[in-house]
Amino acid sequence: MSTLTALRGRHLLGIADLEPGEIELVLETAVAMKEVGTRPIKKVPTMRGQTVINLFMEPSTRTRMSFELAEKRLSADTLGMTTSGSSVTKGETLADTARTLEAMAPDMIVLRHPSSGAPHQLARICRASIINAGDGMHEHPTQALLDAFTMMERKGRLNGVRVAIVGDLAHSRVLRSNALLLVKMGADVRACGPATLVPPGLDRLGVRVFRSLDAAIEGADVVMMLRVQYERMHGLYLPSVREYFNEFGLTPARLERAAPDVIVMHPGPMNRGVEIDSEVADGPWSVILDQVANGVAVRMAVLYLLAGGEEGER
Amino acid sequence: MKLLLKTTRLVDPVAGRNGAFDILIDGERIARIGGDLHPDGAHVVEVPRSLVVTPGLIDMHVHLREPGQEHKETIATGLASAVAGGFTAVACMPNTEPINDQAAVTQFILKRAAEAKLARVYPIGAVSVGSRGEQLVEMGDLRRAGCVAVSDDGRPVLTALLMRRALEYASMFNLPVIDHCEDPTLKGDGVAHEGAVAGLLGLRGIPGAAESVMVERDIAMAALTGGRFHVAHMSARESLRAVRAGKSAGVAVTCEVTPHHFTLTDDALAERGGYDTNFKMNPPLREAQDRDALIEGLRDGSIDVIATDHAPHHADEKALEFDRAPFGIVGLETAVSLCFDRLVHKDVIGLPRLVELLSAGPARVLGIPGGTLTEGGPADLSILAPDLSVTIRASALRSKSKNTPFDGWTLRGAPAATIVGGRVVFVHPEAGLSALKTAHPATR
Repeated sequence: MSTLTALRGRHLLGIADLEPGEIELVLETAVAMKEVGTRPIKKVPTMRGQTVINLFMEPSTRTRMSFELAEKRLSADTLGMTTSGSSVTKGETLADTARTLEAMAPDMIVLRHPSSGAPHQLARICRASIINAGDGMHEHPTQALLDAFTMMERKGRLNGVRVAIVGDLAHSRVLRSNALLLVKMGADVRACGPATLVPPGLDRLGVRVFRSLDAAIEGADVVMMLRVQYERMHGLYLPSVREYFNEFGLTPARLERAAPDVIVMHPGPMNRGVEIDSEVADGPWSVILDQVANGVAVRMAVLYLLAGGEEGER
Repeated sequence: MKLLLKTTRLVDPVAGRNGAFDILIDGERIARIGGDLHPDGAHVVEVPRSLVVTPGLIDMHVHLREPGQEHKETIATGLASAVAGGFTAVACMPNTEPINDQAAVTQFILKRAAEAKLARVYPIGAVSVGSRGEQLVEMGDLRRAGCVAVSDDGRPVLTALLMRRALEYASMFNLPVIDHCEDPTLKGDGVAHEGAVAGLLGLRGIPGAAESVMVERDIAMAALTGGRFHVAHMSARESLRAVRAGKSAGVAVTCEVTPHHFTLTDDALAERGGYDTNFKMNPPLREAQDRDALIEGLRDGSIDVIATDHAPHHADEKALEFDRAPFGIVGLETAVSLCFDRLVHKDVIGLPRLVELLSAGPARVLGIPGGTLTEGGPADLSILAPDLSVTIRASALRSKSKNTPFDGWTLRGAPAATIVGGRVVFVHPEAGLSALKTAHPATR
């Protein structure tokens, strides 16, 4: 059990800022939040009267819906703003958008943005709590938290769990947040991807980088597949989809090297037949839909804790 | 009007002077330099023992932004910044709007500079028309108008063939070709040094090799043609290695380094909450091994010049997301302090070498007057306060733009006064030189 009862910071900008105890606190809180989702009336009054703005400046379906559902289950007033149809397309800067929203006095802003560091810049301007819902190639902290929650459900622990993360490592915020979180919690983290798509610095994080998928998967308790953008498949990163699938596609045969009770994860959206064989995606190993379900509970936990936790209920 | 400066330390390595000398200034020129000169009716100013007099400092890499981008800087504000930074002369890069690729633009710059009556300005012309890398500019015409070098700065000289022809053609006019060395394909849409810091921050990287492959290419072209090649704002250790090899092979290659590249590393990108766009410049802040290599190059003489790459940008532009904000920082008013604090006081270099890097070196590369004090020569002098501690305040900079990463830094060493053509154009209020300010009626 975590000894903490609140997060130290006002924002959730990245896993990098969290201590292990804070990660435990979010995961424990999410257990209670998940129970709310099983009730006939899936709603608690925790955030009644609080305003949350979902500022999504990059296309997103599942993360945006997951946050909205989490906010509604906590009774927050929510409003959304997406890039299309907003002033952003008219050339307004992030700083001006932030000041405009700030003038409406929201309690929280959930930001998805194509530029790495955009939430950090927003946090310097706004009084509201900022939740990073994915910034460029940097971090996607709630994804890592929901992945950890799913691993806890299936494995009962994170310490010592062998996790192989496979795919486009360079452009992946899911990789960075997961690597930070899992290393902090004592997991054995392995990363594997084409040499053209491995970012510098992973070793500094405590991640072991593998060139061969088979070696990375050997004895793994968890295999996490990352999406590879289709436009990176024909050019200077990779020669073809066919070659990628041959080298890095996850098939039932390859999974035989993993631990017998291995689980397969994917942050979505999947490219079937590219990074993952449908037989795996739909097979007994897959916890991909659990991840989606758990996303709501984990985001509720984050919102609840940033809203002031128990204080917010008074 | 005559002015006699009685100094306890004049440092002028070209003239072989390092000690107590008197300097008699008559109008715009130096009349005499010697030990214990007779006042002969001149106004006498005793320069305090704590100060050092040097030949006027020259910053050979400055963006003055005028014409075309006056919201960032004007020639007048840029030159006010220069003299407050201890510089008596600057060379300005051609990437204005329009680009300085024809004599009319050069003449406009010089006219504005003359009106400002602050530091001297030496324009640098473009290598190619519009810096587009297709057609050579009229270098003869530019030379006559006052250009002292050519560069497509902001962009690299696009192809090996263009670099070859530029070096050949510029050699007719004895103009050096200054290249912003950066392979555009390796740079891609990178915004930070390619290394662990950018990797973890999710910022697209620019490897050191993006610079060094073009340094190597240009050294090969300089060897082929016999032309003079100068590396702008060199940042990568691989580039320094190439320059050393080129020099020892007898190629006419010189290079400059900025104060921010010998002071900061890419670790700064993760500081102050992260993603501060005042740490975004091109070439990017590199890793400690590169920074340390540059310091070694400054120490051992491989590096010829310290230049600021003064690149003013409006606060609104720098307030954009990190990957969308423009590259560059202002540097004129922090350079001398960083040189003292990071190099002289850390025993990397002594005062004579500092004068080489900030005055004699750039004068030699550009083939312009200055770099040393001579009787009959222009009275361009800098007075420096090696031990004056200053705290950098972005809001107090003379430059129109305030985009400095050094806001709030306290540094030991500062410019004390700047004299251009016999006119006192800057006096630091805490340097103990108030007598100098009143000495000369020409002072503004």
